[in-house]
Amino acid sequence: MSDINNNGFSFVKTLLNAWSWLFLALILAFFEIYAQVETGSTFIFRAYNIQSVAVAASQILLLSLGLTLVVVAGHIDLSIAFTTGLAAVAMALTVRLLGDANGWVVFAVAISVGMLAAVVVGLVNGWLVAYLDVPSFIGTLGTYGIARGVALIVAGGATVSIRSEEVRAFGNGDILGIPVPVVMALVLAGACHYLLTYTKFGIYTYALGANRASVERAGVDVKRHLIKLFVLSALTAGIGGLVYTGRFSAGAANAGEPILLYAVAAVFIGGASLTGGQGTIIGTVIGAIIIAVIQFGLVFSGLPPYWQFVAVGLVIVVAVLVDQSRDKFLGGAK
Amino acid sequence: MKPILQVQGLAKRFGAITAVKDVNFDVYPGECVVLAGDNGAGKSTVIKMISGVHLPSEGKIIFDGQDITNSPPETVRNVGIETIYQDLSLADNLDPGLNLYLGREKMKRVFGLPVLDRKAMQADAVEVLKGLGIKVPDPGARVREMSGGQRQSIAIARAIHWEAKLVIMDEPTAALGVPEQREVMALIDRLKQRGVGIILISHNLPDIFAAADRIFVLARGVIGGERRPSETTDEEIVRLMMGATIDT
Ligand SMILES: Nc1ncnc2c1ncn2[C@@H]1O[C@H](COP(=O)(O)OP(=O)(O)OP(=O)(O)O)[C@@H](O)[C@H]1O
Ligand SMILES: [Mg+2]
Repeated sequence: MSDINNNGFSFVKTLLNAWSWLFLALILAFFEIYAQVETGSTFIFRAYNIQSVAVAASQILLLSLGLTLVVVAGHIDLSIAFTTGLAAVAMALTVRLLGDANGWVVFAVAISVGMLAAVVVGLVNGWLVAYLDVPSFIGTLGTYGIARGVALIVAGGATVSIRSEEVRAFGNGDILGIPVPVVMALVLAGACHYLLTYTKFGIYTYALGANRASVERAGVDVKRHLIKLFVLSALTAGIGGLVYTGRFSAGAANAGEPILLYAVAAVFIGGASLTGGQGTIIGTVIGAIIIAVIQFGLVFSGLPPYWQFVAVGLVIVVAVLVDQSRDKFLGGAK
Repeated sequence: MKPILQVQGLAKRFGAITAVKDVNFDVYPGECVVLAGDNGAGKSTVIKMISGVHLPSEGKIIFDGQDITNSPPETVRNVGIETIYQDLSLADNLDPGLNLYLGREKMKRVFGLPVLDRKAMQADAVEVLKGLGIKVPDPGARVREMSGGQRQSIAIARAIHWEAKLVIMDEPTAALGVPEQREVMALIDRLKQRGVGIILISHNLPDIFAAADRIFVLARGVIGGERRPSETTDEEIVRLMMGATIDT
Protein backbone atom coordinates (compact mmCIF):
# COMPACT_ATOMS: atom_id res chain seq x y z
CA MET A 1 0.00 0.00 0.00
CA SER A 2 1.26 3.43 -0.73
CA ASP A 3 -0.18 6.72 0.36
CA ILE A 4 -0.69 9.69 -1.82
CA ASN A 5 1.82 12.02 -0.27
CA ASN A 6 0.42 15.02 1.49
CA ASN A 7 3.12 17.60 1.54
CA GLY A 8 3.62 19.29 4.84
CA PHE A 9 3.46 22.95 3.89
CA SER A 10 -0.26 23.22 4.45
CA PHE A 11 0.02 26.47 6.44
CA VAL A 12 2.19 28.22 3.86
CA LYS A 13 -0.07 26.78 1.21
CA THR A 14 -3.21 28.25 2.76
CA LEU A 15 -1.44 31.56 3.20
CA LEU A 16 -0.32 31.70 -0.43
CA ASN A 17 -3.78 30.79 -1.64
CA ALA A 18 -5.50 33.39 0.53
CA TRP A 19 -2.98 36.20 0.16
CA SER A 20 -5.30 38.34 -1.98
CA TRP A 21 -7.96 38.33 0.76
CA LEU A 22 -5.31 39.27 3.33
CA PHE A 23 -3.99 41.95 1.05
CA LEU A 24 -7.47 43.42 0.57
CA ALA A 25 -8.00 43.46 4.36
CA LEU A 26 -4.62 45.12 4.75
CA ILE A 27 -5.20 47.99 2.34
CA LEU A 28 -8.72 48.54 3.71
CA ALA A 29 -7.24 48.76 7.21
CA PHE A 30 -4.55 51.11 5.93
CA PHE A 31 -6.99 53.56 4.36
CA GLU A 32 -9.31 53.32 7.36
CA ILE A 33 -6.53 54.18 9.80
CA TYR A 34 -5.36 56.96 7.50
CA ALA A 35 -8.89 58.41 7.35
CA GLN A 36 -9.34 58.15 11.13
CA VAL A 37 -6.00 59.81 11.89
CA GLU A 38 -6.00 62.48 9.18
CA THR A 39 -9.66 63.49 9.03
CA GLY A 40 -11.28 61.76 12.00
CA SER A 41 -13.80 60.13 9.66
CA THR A 42 -14.32 56.66 8.25
CA PHE A 43 -13.18 55.34 4.89
CA ILE A 44 -14.96 52.02 4.76
CA PHE A 45 -18.31 52.72 6.37
CA ARG A 46 -19.49 55.47 4.09
CA ALA A 47 -22.10 54.65 1.45
CA TYR A 48 -20.58 57.00 -1.12
CA ASN A 49 -17.15 55.36 -0.86
CA ILE A 50 -18.58 51.87 -1.05
CA GLN A 51 -20.61 52.76 -4.11
CA SER A 52 -17.69 54.44 -5.87
CA VAL A 53 -15.42 51.46 -5.27
CA ALA A 54 -18.16 49.05 -6.35
CA VAL A 55 -18.81 50.88 -9.62
CA ALA A 56 -15.09 51.13 -10.42
CA ALA A 57 -14.59 47.45 -9.59
CA SER A 58 -17.56 46.53 -11.80
CA GLN A 59 -16.14 48.33 -14.81
CA ILE A 60 -12.83 46.42 -14.35
CA LEU A 61 -14.63 43.16 -13.65
CA LEU A 62 -16.68 43.25 -16.84
CA LEU A 63 -13.42 43.09 -18.78
CA SER A 64 -11.75 40.53 -16.56
CA LEU A 65 -14.54 37.94 -16.13
CA GLY A 66 -14.32 36.44 -19.61
CA LEU A 67 -10.58 37.00 -19.57
CA THR A 68 -10.32 34.76 -16.51
CA LEU A 69 -11.84 31.87 -18.48
CA VAL A 70 -9.38 32.42 -21.32
CA VAL A 71 -6.40 32.61 -18.94
CA VAL A 72 -7.44 29.44 -17.08
CA ALA A 73 -7.37 27.69 -20.47
CA GLY A 74 -3.77 28.85 -20.89
CA HIS A 75 -4.36 31.77 -23.25
CA ILE A 76 -4.70 35.56 -23.09
CA ASP A 77 -7.06 38.05 -24.70
CA LEU A 78 -5.65 41.54 -25.14
CA SER A 79 -8.30 42.60 -27.64
CA ILE A 80 -10.85 43.12 -24.85
CA ALA A 81 -9.66 46.72 -24.44
CA PHE A 82 -11.05 47.67 -27.83
CA THR A 83 -13.84 45.11 -27.92
CA THR A 84 -15.26 47.24 -25.13
CA GLY A 85 -14.77 50.38 -27.19
CA LEU A 86 -16.20 48.82 -30.34
CA ALA A 87 -19.34 47.65 -28.52
CA ALA A 88 -19.75 51.06 -26.87
CA VAL A 89 -19.46 52.86 -30.21
CA ALA A 90 -21.73 50.37 -32.00
CA MET A 91 -24.42 50.83 -29.37
CA ALA A 92 -24.19 54.63 -29.43
CA LEU A 93 -24.24 54.81 -33.23
CA THR A 94 -27.30 52.56 -33.39
CA VAL A 95 -29.20 54.86 -31.03
CA ARG A 96 -28.12 57.88 -33.01
CA LEU A 97 -29.19 56.26 -36.28
CA LEU A 98 -32.59 55.08 -35.10
CA GLY A 99 -33.40 58.15 -33.06
CA ASP A 100 -34.99 57.99 -29.63
CA ALA A 101 -38.66 57.91 -30.64
CA ASN A 102 -39.29 54.26 -29.73
CA GLY A 103 -37.25 54.27 -26.52
CA TRP A 104 -37.08 50.65 -25.40
CA VAL A 105 -37.16 49.13 -28.88
CA VAL A 106 -34.21 51.25 -29.96
CA PHE A 107 -32.48 50.43 -26.69
CA ALA A 108 -32.92 46.68 -27.26
CA VAL A 109 -31.70 46.93 -30.86
CA ALA A 110 -28.70 49.03 -29.79
CA ILE A 111 -27.75 46.52 -27.07
CA SER A 112 -27.99 43.67 -29.59
CA VAL A 113 -25.85 45.48 -32.15
CA GLY A 114 -23.21 46.20 -29.49
CA MET A 115 -23.11 42.56 -28.40
CA LEU A 116 -22.98 41.38 -31.99
CA ALA A 117 -19.94 43.59 -32.66
CA ALA A 118 -18.25 42.02 -29.63
CA VAL A 119 -19.12 38.47 -30.70
CA VAL A 120 -17.52 39.08 -34.10
CA VAL A 121 -14.23 40.02 -32.42
CA GLY A 122 -14.48 36.91 -30.22
CA LEU A 123 -15.11 34.66 -33.21
CA VAL A 124 -12.10 36.06 -35.04
CA ASN A 125 -9.90 35.57 -31.95
CA GLY A 126 -11.10 32.02 -31.50
CA TRP A 127 -10.63 31.19 -35.14
CA LEU A 128 -7.07 32.58 -35.15
CA VAL A 129 -6.08 30.68 -32.03
CA ALA A 130 -7.98 27.43 -32.55
CA TYR A 131 -7.78 26.86 -36.30
CA LEU A 132 -4.72 28.81 -37.39
CA ASP A 133 -2.66 28.03 -34.26
CA VAL A 134 -1.73 31.68 -33.82
CA PRO A 135 -0.42 32.27 -30.27
CA SER A 136 -3.20 34.12 -28.46
CA PHE A 137 -0.89 36.91 -27.30
CA ILE A 138 -0.09 37.83 -30.91
CA GLY A 139 -3.50 37.04 -32.38
CA THR A 140 -5.43 39.14 -29.90
CA LEU A 141 -2.87 41.93 -30.15
CA GLY A 142 -3.76 41.96 -33.85
CA THR A 143 -7.51 42.14 -33.19
CA TYR A 144 -6.79 44.77 -30.50
CA GLY A 145 -5.46 46.97 -33.28
CA ILE A 146 -8.21 46.07 -35.73
CA ALA A 147 -11.05 46.64 -33.24
CA ARG A 148 -9.47 49.94 -32.25
CA GLY A 149 -9.18 51.09 -35.84
CA VAL A 150 -12.69 50.01 -36.80
CA ALA A 151 -14.20 51.68 -33.72
CA LEU A 152 -12.37 54.92 -34.49
CA ILE A 153 -13.33 54.81 -38.17
CA VAL A 154 -17.05 54.19 -37.61
CA ALA A 155 -17.12 56.79 -34.84
CA GLY A 156 -15.35 59.27 -37.11
CA GLY A 157 -12.54 59.52 -34.57
CA ALA A 158 -14.84 61.24 -32.08
CA THR A 159 -16.92 60.36 -29.06
CA VAL A 160 -20.48 59.49 -30.10
CA SER A 161 -22.75 61.22 -27.61
CA ILE A 162 -26.44 60.35 -27.55
CA ARG A 163 -29.60 61.43 -25.83
CA SER A 164 -31.68 58.51 -24.66
CA GLU A 165 -33.54 58.21 -21.39
CA GLU A 166 -33.37 54.40 -21.51
CA VAL A 167 -29.63 54.30 -22.12
CA ARG A 168 -29.07 56.79 -19.33
CA ALA A 169 -31.20 54.75 -16.93
CA PHE A 170 -29.28 51.61 -17.92
CA GLY A 171 -25.98 53.16 -16.89
CA ASN A 172 -27.06 55.25 -13.93
CA GLY A 173 -30.17 53.65 -12.50
CA ASP A 174 -30.27 51.25 -9.62
CA ILE A 175 -32.01 48.03 -8.67
CA LEU A 176 -32.92 47.86 -4.97
CA GLY A 177 -30.42 50.63 -4.36
CA ILE A 178 -27.57 48.84 -6.16
CA PRO A 179 -26.25 50.65 -9.27
CA VAL A 180 -27.10 48.81 -12.51
CA PRO A 181 -23.42 48.37 -13.54
CA VAL A 182 -22.74 46.65 -10.22
CA VAL A 183 -25.78 44.41 -10.64
CA MET A 184 -24.64 43.50 -14.16
CA ALA A 185 -21.13 42.67 -12.95
CA LEU A 186 -22.47 40.59 -10.06
CA VAL A 187 -24.88 38.61 -12.24
CA LEU A 188 -22.21 37.94 -14.84
CA ALA A 189 -19.69 37.00 -12.15
CA GLY A 190 -22.23 34.52 -10.76
CA ALA A 191 -22.80 33.05 -14.21
CA CYS A 192 -19.08 32.76 -14.95
CA HIS A 193 -18.42 31.23 -11.53
CA TYR A 194 -21.12 28.63 -12.16
CA LEU A 195 -19.68 27.90 -15.59
CA LEU A 196 -16.10 27.54 -14.38
CA THR A 197 -16.70 25.59 -11.17
CA TYR A 198 -19.85 23.52 -11.61
CA THR A 199 -20.03 22.51 -15.26
CA LYS A 200 -18.23 20.22 -17.70
CA PHE A 201 -17.34 23.32 -19.66
CA GLY A 202 -15.39 24.64 -16.67
CA ILE A 203 -13.59 21.37 -16.04
CA TYR A 204 -12.50 21.14 -19.69
CA THR A 205 -11.25 24.72 -19.40
CA TYR A 206 -9.04 23.85 -16.42
CA ALA A 207 -7.89 20.61 -18.03
CA LEU A 208 -7.08 22.45 -21.26
CA GLY A 209 -4.89 24.84 -19.32
CA ALA A 210 -2.99 21.98 -17.72
CA ASN A 211 -2.66 19.50 -20.56
CA ARG A 212 -4.33 19.76 -23.93
CA ALA A 213 -3.87 16.02 -24.53
CA SER A 214 -6.05 15.21 -21.52
CA VAL A 215 -9.03 17.03 -23.02
CA GLU A 216 -8.47 15.69 -26.52
CA ARG A 217 -8.30 12.19 -25.13
CA ALA A 218 -11.62 12.81 -23.35
CA GLY A 219 -13.22 13.35 -26.75
CA VAL A 220 -13.78 17.10 -26.33
CA ASP A 221 -13.63 19.24 -29.46
CA VAL A 222 -10.83 21.53 -28.28
CA LYS A 223 -11.11 23.93 -31.21
CA ARG A 224 -14.78 24.61 -30.58
CA HIS A 225 -14.08 24.97 -26.89
CA LEU A 226 -11.44 27.63 -27.59
CA ILE A 227 -13.83 29.54 -29.84
CA LYS A 228 -16.48 29.52 -27.12
CA LEU A 229 -13.94 30.85 -24.59
CA PHE A 230 -12.89 33.76 -26.78
CA VAL A 231 -16.52 34.59 -27.60
CA LEU A 232 -17.35 34.65 -23.87
CA SER A 233 -14.37 36.90 -23.23
CA ALA A 234 -15.49 39.27 -25.99
CA LEU A 235 -19.06 39.18 -24.69
CA THR A 236 -18.25 40.24 -21.13
CA ALA A 237 -15.91 42.94 -22.45
CA GLY A 238 -18.65 44.04 -24.86
CA ILE A 239 -21.14 44.29 -22.01
CA GLY A 240 -18.53 46.47 -20.31
CA GLY A 241 -18.78 48.75 -23.33
CA LEU A 242 -22.58 48.87 -23.16
CA VAL A 243 -22.36 49.84 -19.49
CA TYR A 244 -19.86 52.56 -20.41
CA THR A 245 -22.20 54.01 -23.02
CA GLY A 246 -24.97 53.89 -20.43
CA ARG A 247 -22.95 55.64 -17.76
CA PHE A 248 -21.71 58.48 -19.96
CA SER A 249 -24.49 58.62 -22.60
CA ALA A 250 -21.71 58.35 -25.13
CA GLY A 251 -19.71 55.67 -26.90
CA ALA A 252 -15.95 56.05 -27.26
CA ALA A 253 -13.46 53.83 -29.07
CA ASN A 254 -11.07 54.01 -26.13
CA ALA A 255 -13.73 53.14 -23.52
CA GLY A 256 -11.84 50.05 -22.36
CA GLU A 257 -8.26 51.02 -23.11
CA PRO A 258 -7.40 52.67 -19.77
CA ILE A 259 -8.64 49.63 -17.82
CA LEU A 260 -6.98 46.86 -19.85
CA LEU A 261 -4.01 46.84 -17.48
CA TYR A 262 -6.34 46.71 -14.48
CA ALA A 263 -8.43 43.93 -15.97
CA VAL A 264 -5.38 41.79 -16.67
CA ALA A 265 -3.99 42.61 -13.22
CA ALA A 266 -7.25 41.61 -11.50
CA VAL A 267 -7.07 38.15 -13.10
CA PHE A 268 -3.49 37.51 -11.99
CA ILE A 269 -3.91 39.05 -8.53
CA GLY A 270 -6.89 36.71 -8.23
CA GLY A 271 -4.66 33.65 -8.49
CA ALA A 272 -4.51 32.86 -12.20
CA SER A 273 -1.21 31.92 -13.75
CA LEU A 274 0.24 32.76 -17.16
CA THR A 275 0.91 29.07 -17.72
CA GLY A 276 -2.82 28.31 -17.42
CA GLY A 277 -4.78 25.75 -15.46
CA GLN A 278 -5.28 28.05 -12.48
CA GLY A 279 -7.52 30.89 -11.41
CA THR A 280 -11.05 31.44 -10.12
CA ILE A 281 -13.83 33.95 -10.65
CA ILE A 282 -13.94 34.72 -6.91
CA GLY A 283 -10.23 35.46 -7.05
CA THR A 284 -10.73 37.81 -9.98
CA VAL A 285 -13.55 39.60 -8.13
CA ILE A 286 -11.21 40.15 -5.17
CA GLY A 287 -8.51 41.32 -7.59
CA ALA A 288 -10.85 43.87 -9.15
CA ILE A 289 -11.92 45.13 -5.71
CA ILE A 290 -8.29 45.48 -4.60
CA ILE A 291 -7.50 47.63 -7.64
CA ALA A 292 -10.64 49.73 -7.21
CA VAL A 293 -9.82 50.29 -3.52
CA ILE A 294 -6.29 51.37 -4.40
CA GLN A 295 -7.55 53.72 -7.12
CA PHE A 296 -10.22 55.31 -4.97
CA GLY A 297 -8.21 55.21 -1.76
CA LEU A 298 -5.32 57.16 -3.27
CA VAL A 299 -7.66 59.80 -4.61
CA PHE A 300 -9.44 59.86 -1.25
CA SER A 301 -6.20 60.41 0.62
CA GLY A 302 -5.32 63.32 -1.65
CA LEU A 303 -2.23 61.86 -3.31
CA PRO A 304 -1.66 62.78 -6.95
CA PRO A 305 -3.72 60.28 -9.01
CA TYR A 306 -0.60 59.06 -10.86
CA TRP A 307 0.35 57.12 -7.77
CA GLN A 308 -2.33 54.59 -8.66
CA PHE A 309 -0.23 53.36 -11.59
CA VAL A 310 2.73 52.80 -9.29
CA ALA A 311 0.59 51.07 -6.67
CA VAL A 312 -1.22 48.77 -9.11
CA GLY A 313 2.12 47.97 -10.78
CA LEU A 314 3.54 46.96 -7.40
CA VAL A 315 0.56 44.72 -6.67
CA ILE A 316 1.02 42.98 -10.02
CA VAL A 317 4.67 42.27 -9.20
CA VAL A 318 3.65 40.86 -5.81
CA ALA A 319 1.02 38.70 -7.50
CA VAL A 320 3.60 37.21 -9.85
CA LEU A 321 6.01 36.55 -6.98
CA VAL A 322 3.26 34.81 -5.02
CA ASP A 323 2.38 32.73 -8.06
CA GLN A 324 5.97 31.58 -8.39
CA SER A 325 6.45 30.67 -4.75
CA ARG A 326 3.11 28.87 -4.87
CA ASP A 327 4.44 26.73 -7.70
CA LYS A 328 7.41 25.86 -5.52
CA PHE A 329 5.25 24.85 -2.57
CA LEU A 330 2.41 23.20 -4.44
CA GLY A 331 4.43 21.73 -7.27
CA GLY A 332 4.72 18.40 -5.50
CA ALA A 333 6.34 15.45 -7.25
CA LYS A 334 6.14 15.69 -10.99
CA MET B 1 -9.41 -19.36 -25.26
CA LYS B 2 -9.60 -16.89 -28.15
CA PRO B 3 -7.24 -13.94 -28.47
CA ILE B 4 -8.71 -10.56 -27.51
CA LEU B 5 -6.61 -8.81 -30.13
CA GLN B 6 -5.21 -10.00 -33.45
CA VAL B 7 -2.87 -7.89 -35.56
CA GLN B 8 -2.38 -9.18 -39.09
CA GLY B 9 0.12 -7.97 -41.65
CA LEU B 10 0.15 -4.42 -40.32
CA ALA B 11 2.26 -1.87 -42.20
CA LYS B 12 2.66 1.90 -42.00
CA ARG B 13 4.32 4.18 -44.51
CA PHE B 14 4.92 7.87 -43.91
CA GLY B 15 5.42 9.13 -47.45
CA ALA B 16 8.46 7.28 -48.73
CA ILE B 17 9.47 6.00 -45.27
CA THR B 18 8.26 2.58 -44.24
CA ALA B 19 8.02 2.82 -40.45
CA VAL B 20 6.77 -0.74 -39.88
CA LYS B 21 5.80 -3.64 -42.10
CA ASP B 22 4.28 -7.11 -41.86
CA VAL B 23 3.63 -6.95 -38.12
CA ASN B 24 1.73 -9.97 -36.81
CA PHE B 25 0.92 -10.73 -33.18
CA ASP B 26 -1.98 -11.44 -30.86
CA VAL B 27 -2.89 -10.87 -27.21
CA TYR B 28 -4.97 -13.18 -25.01
CA PRO B 29 -7.13 -12.06 -22.08
CA GLY B 30 -5.05 -11.75 -18.93
CA GLU B 31 -1.83 -11.86 -20.92
CA CYS B 32 0.92 -9.27 -21.02
CA VAL B 33 2.58 -8.98 -24.39
CA VAL B 34 5.71 -6.87 -24.51
CA LEU B 35 6.66 -5.01 -27.67
CA ALA B 36 10.38 -4.53 -27.25
CA GLY B 37 12.66 -2.57 -29.53
CA ASP B 38 15.27 0.14 -29.77
CA ASN B 39 14.52 3.83 -30.37
CA GLY B 40 12.83 4.31 -33.72
CA ALA B 41 12.06 0.61 -34.14
CA GLY B 42 8.40 1.41 -34.75
CA LYS B 43 6.81 0.49 -31.41
CA SER B 44 4.79 3.70 -31.03
CA THR B 45 3.72 3.50 -34.66
CA VAL B 46 2.26 0.04 -34.09
CA ILE B 47 0.24 1.04 -31.04
CA LYS B 48 -0.94 4.26 -32.64
CA MET B 49 -2.44 2.19 -35.44
CA ILE B 50 -4.21 -0.01 -32.90
CA SER B 51 -5.55 2.94 -30.90
CA GLY B 52 -6.81 4.63 -34.06
CA VAL B 53 -4.39 7.58 -34.14
CA HIS B 54 -2.71 6.39 -37.35
CA LEU B 55 -4.47 4.72 -40.27
CA PRO B 56 -2.61 1.54 -41.25
CA SER B 57 -1.24 1.44 -44.80
CA GLU B 58 -1.82 -2.30 -44.89
CA GLY B 59 -3.15 -5.03 -42.65
CA LYS B 60 -5.97 -5.75 -40.27
CA ILE B 61 -6.71 -5.21 -36.57
CA ILE B 62 -9.31 -7.49 -35.03
CA PHE B 63 -10.52 -6.88 -31.49
CA ASP B 64 -12.88 -9.28 -29.77
CA GLY B 65 -13.86 -10.75 -33.14
CA GLN B 66 -14.62 -7.28 -34.57
CA ASP B 67 -12.66 -5.56 -37.34
CA ILE B 68 -11.55 -2.18 -35.98
CA THR B 69 -8.87 -1.48 -38.59
CA ASN B 70 -10.07 1.96 -39.64
CA SER B 71 -11.85 3.07 -36.46
CA PRO B 72 -11.21 6.51 -34.96
CA PRO B 73 -9.75 6.78 -31.41
CA GLU B 74 -13.14 7.34 -29.73
CA THR B 75 -14.57 4.17 -31.23
CA VAL B 76 -11.49 2.18 -30.26
CA ARG B 77 -11.77 3.40 -26.67
CA ASN B 78 -15.49 2.69 -26.57
CA VAL B 79 -15.05 -0.94 -27.63
CA GLY B 80 -12.62 -1.43 -24.74
CA ILE B 81 -9.06 -0.55 -25.70
CA GLU B 82 -7.46 2.00 -23.40
CA THR B 83 -4.13 3.52 -24.39
CA ILE B 84 -1.91 5.09 -21.75
CA TYR B 85 0.61 7.37 -23.42
CA GLN B 86 3.91 8.42 -21.95
CA ASP B 87 2.50 11.74 -20.73
CA LEU B 88 -0.50 9.87 -19.21
CA SER B 89 -2.91 12.50 -20.58
CA LEU B 90 -3.83 13.55 -17.05
CA ALA B 91 -5.00 17.03 -16.11
CA ASP B 92 -2.57 17.76 -13.27
CA ASN B 93 -4.66 20.54 -11.78
CA LEU B 94 -7.73 18.36 -11.22
CA ASP B 95 -8.44 15.72 -8.59
CA PRO B 96 -8.34 11.96 -9.28
CA GLY B 97 -12.14 11.78 -9.56
CA LEU B 98 -12.36 14.37 -12.31
CA ASN B 99 -9.47 12.73 -14.13
CA LEU B 100 -11.22 9.38 -13.90
CA TYR B 101 -14.38 10.83 -15.44
CA LEU B 102 -12.94 13.48 -17.79
CA GLY B 103 -15.26 13.59 -20.79
CA ARG B 104 -18.00 11.53 -19.10
CA GLU B 105 -18.59 13.50 -15.89
CA LYS B 106 -21.27 12.61 -13.37
CA MET B 107 -23.76 15.43 -12.88
CA LYS B 108 -26.42 16.20 -10.30
CA ARG B 109 -29.01 18.92 -9.88
CA VAL B 110 -28.97 21.71 -7.31
CA PHE B 111 -32.04 23.97 -7.37
CA GLY B 112 -32.74 22.64 -10.84
CA LEU B 113 -29.29 23.63 -12.15
CA PRO B 114 -27.03 20.85 -13.44
CA VAL B 115 -23.76 20.80 -11.51
CA LEU B 116 -20.76 18.46 -11.40
CA ASP B 117 -21.07 15.74 -8.78
CA ARG B 118 -17.49 16.05 -7.55
CA LYS B 119 -18.07 14.06 -4.37
CA ALA B 120 -19.48 11.05 -6.20
CA MET B 121 -16.63 11.07 -8.71
CA GLN B 122 -14.06 11.36 -5.91
CA ALA B 123 -15.65 8.47 -4.06
CA ASP B 124 -15.52 6.31 -7.19
CA ALA B 125 -11.87 7.19 -7.72
CA VAL B 126 -11.02 6.24 -4.13
CA GLU B 127 -12.84 2.94 -4.66
CA VAL B 128 -11.09 2.02 -7.90
CA LEU B 129 -7.69 3.06 -6.54
CA LYS B 130 -8.29 0.97 -3.42
CA GLY B 131 -8.78 -2.01 -5.70
CA LEU B 132 -5.33 -1.26 -7.12
CA GLY B 133 -3.78 -1.07 -3.66
CA ILE B 134 -3.49 2.73 -3.61
CA LYS B 135 -4.79 4.66 -0.61
CA VAL B 136 -5.97 8.22 -1.17
CA PRO B 137 -5.92 10.28 2.06
CA ASP B 138 -7.25 13.41 0.39
CA PRO B 139 -9.56 12.64 -2.55
CA GLY B 140 -9.84 16.35 -3.34
CA ALA B 141 -6.08 16.84 -3.80
CA ARG B 142 -4.80 17.57 -7.25
CA VAL B 143 -3.11 14.87 -9.26
CA ARG B 144 -0.05 17.15 -9.47
CA GLU B 145 0.65 16.53 -5.80
CA MET B 146 0.94 12.79 -6.31
CA SER B 147 3.97 10.66 -7.12
CA GLY B 148 4.73 9.41 -10.61
CA GLY B 149 3.63 5.88 -9.77
CA GLN B 150 0.36 7.08 -8.30
CA ARG B 151 -0.32 9.21 -11.33
CA GLN B 152 0.26 6.13 -13.44
CA SER B 153 -2.23 4.30 -11.24
CA ILE B 154 -4.88 6.92 -12.00
CA ALA B 155 -4.39 6.42 -15.71
CA ILE B 156 -4.73 2.68 -15.11
CA ALA B 157 -7.74 3.20 -12.84
CA ARG B 158 -9.38 4.98 -15.74
CA ALA B 159 -8.91 1.87 -17.88
CA ILE B 160 -10.35 -0.39 -15.19
CA HIS B 161 -13.27 1.87 -14.37
CA TRP B 162 -14.37 2.04 -17.99
CA GLU B 163 -13.95 -1.71 -18.28
CA ALA B 164 -11.20 -1.87 -20.83
CA LYS B 165 -10.43 -5.37 -22.08
CA LEU B 166 -7.07 -4.36 -23.49
CA VAL B 167 -4.69 -1.80 -22.03
CA ILE B 168 -1.80 -0.45 -24.05
CA MET B 169 1.05 1.20 -22.14
CA ASP B 170 3.82 3.14 -23.86
CA GLU B 171 6.95 2.99 -21.68
CA PRO B 172 5.07 3.48 -18.40
CA THR B 173 8.19 3.36 -16.23
CA ALA B 174 10.43 5.56 -18.37
CA ALA B 175 10.20 8.66 -16.15
CA LEU B 176 9.93 6.89 -12.78
CA GLY B 177 12.27 6.09 -9.90
CA VAL B 178 12.94 2.47 -8.90
CA PRO B 179 10.25 2.11 -6.18
CA GLU B 180 7.66 3.61 -8.49
CA GLN B 181 8.69 1.27 -11.29
CA ARG B 182 7.88 -1.60 -8.91
CA GLU B 183 4.47 -0.08 -8.19
CA VAL B 184 3.67 0.01 -11.87
CA MET B 185 4.79 -3.59 -12.30
CA ALA B 186 2.45 -4.55 -9.45
CA LEU B 187 -0.37 -2.67 -11.19
CA ILE B 188 0.24 -4.62 -14.37
CA ASP B 189 -0.06 -7.85 -12.36
CA ARG B 190 -3.40 -6.71 -10.95
CA LEU B 191 -4.70 -5.91 -14.41
CA LYS B 192 -3.69 -9.38 -15.58
CA GLN B 193 -5.51 -10.98 -12.65
CA ARG B 194 -8.64 -9.15 -13.78
CA GLY B 195 -8.36 -10.81 -17.16
CA VAL B 196 -7.31 -7.63 -18.96
CA GLY B 197 -4.99 -8.08 -21.90
CA ILE B 198 -1.92 -5.81 -21.91
CA ILE B 199 0.47 -4.54 -24.52
CA LEU B 200 3.50 -3.10 -22.82
CA ILE B 201 6.07 -1.13 -24.77
CA SER B 202 9.51 -1.17 -23.30
CA HIS B 203 13.19 -1.34 -23.98
CA ASN B 204 14.08 -1.88 -20.35
CA LEU B 205 15.19 -5.50 -19.87
CA PRO B 206 14.25 -5.95 -16.17
CA ASP B 207 10.74 -4.61 -16.91
CA ILE B 208 10.40 -6.82 -19.96
CA PHE B 209 11.27 -9.95 -18.04
CA ALA B 210 9.22 -9.00 -14.98
CA ALA B 211 6.00 -8.32 -16.87
CA ALA B 212 5.97 -10.33 -20.08
CA ASP B 213 4.16 -13.53 -20.87
CA ARG B 214 5.42 -13.20 -24.43
CA ILE B 215 7.95 -10.86 -25.97
CA PHE B 216 7.80 -9.59 -29.54
CA VAL B 217 10.96 -7.83 -30.60
CA LEU B 218 10.72 -5.08 -33.21
CA ALA B 219 13.80 -3.99 -35.10
CA ARG B 220 13.73 -1.45 -37.93
CA GLY B 221 10.01 -1.86 -38.39
CA VAL B 222 9.79 -5.66 -38.53
CA ILE B 223 9.23 -8.25 -35.84
CA GLY B 224 12.52 -10.08 -35.47
CA GLY B 225 11.28 -12.72 -33.09
CA GLU B 226 8.75 -13.96 -30.55
CA ARG B 227 10.02 -15.36 -27.26
CA ARG B 228 8.74 -16.47 -23.87
CA PRO B 229 10.75 -15.05 -20.97
CA SER B 230 11.49 -18.54 -19.65
CA GLU B 231 12.97 -19.59 -22.99
CA THR B 232 15.25 -16.65 -23.65
CA THR B 233 18.00 -14.54 -22.15
CA ASP B 234 18.87 -10.87 -21.81
CA GLU B 235 21.57 -11.29 -24.41
CA GLU B 236 19.23 -12.76 -26.98
CA ILE B 237 16.64 -10.02 -26.55
CA VAL B 238 19.31 -7.34 -26.89
CA ARG B 239 20.65 -9.05 -29.97
CA LEU B 240 17.16 -9.13 -31.49
CA MET B 241 16.62 -5.49 -30.62
CA MET B 242 19.87 -4.63 -32.39
CA GLY B 243 18.41 -6.20 -35.50
CA ALA B 244 19.75 -9.77 -35.61
CA THR B 245 16.81 -11.44 -37.31
CA ILE B 246 18.19 -14.95 -37.70
CA ASP B 247 16.46 -17.32 -35.29
CA THR B 248 18.98 -19.31 -33.33
N1 LIG C 1 4.37 10.98 -38.10
C1 LIG C 1 5.50 10.49 -38.64
N2 LIG C 1 5.95 10.95 -39.82
C2 LIG C 1 7.09 10.47 -40.37
N3 LIG C 1 7.84 9.52 -39.81
C3 LIG C 1 7.44 9.01 -38.64
C4 LIG C 1 6.25 9.48 -37.98
N4 LIG C 1 6.11 8.80 -36.82
C5 LIG C 1 7.16 7.96 -36.75
N5 LIG C 1 7.96 8.07 -37.84
C6 LIG C 1 9.18 7.30 -38.09
O1 LIG C 1 8.88 5.95 -37.94
C7 LIG C 1 9.92 5.26 -37.29
C8 LIG C 1 9.40 4.54 -36.07
O2 LIG C 1 9.05 5.51 -35.07
P1 LIG C 1 8.36 5.15 -33.68
O3 LIG C 1 8.02 6.41 -33.00
O4 LIG C 1 7.26 4.18 -33.93
O5 LIG C 1 9.55 4.41 -32.92
P2 LIG C 1 9.58 3.86 -31.41
O6 LIG C 1 9.94 2.44 -31.50
O7 LIG C 1 8.34 4.20 -30.71
O8 LIG C 1 10.81 4.67 -30.81
P3 LIG C 1 11.04 5.27 -29.33
O9 LIG C 1 11.61 4.18 -28.50
O10 LIG C 1 12.04 6.36 -29.57
O11 LIG C 1 9.73 5.80 -28.82
C9 LIG C 1 10.99 6.30 -36.98
O12 LIG C 1 11.98 6.23 -37.99
C10 LIG C 1 10.25 7.59 -37.08
O13 LIG C 1 11.10 8.61 -37.50
MG1 LIG D 1 7.86 5.53 -28.94
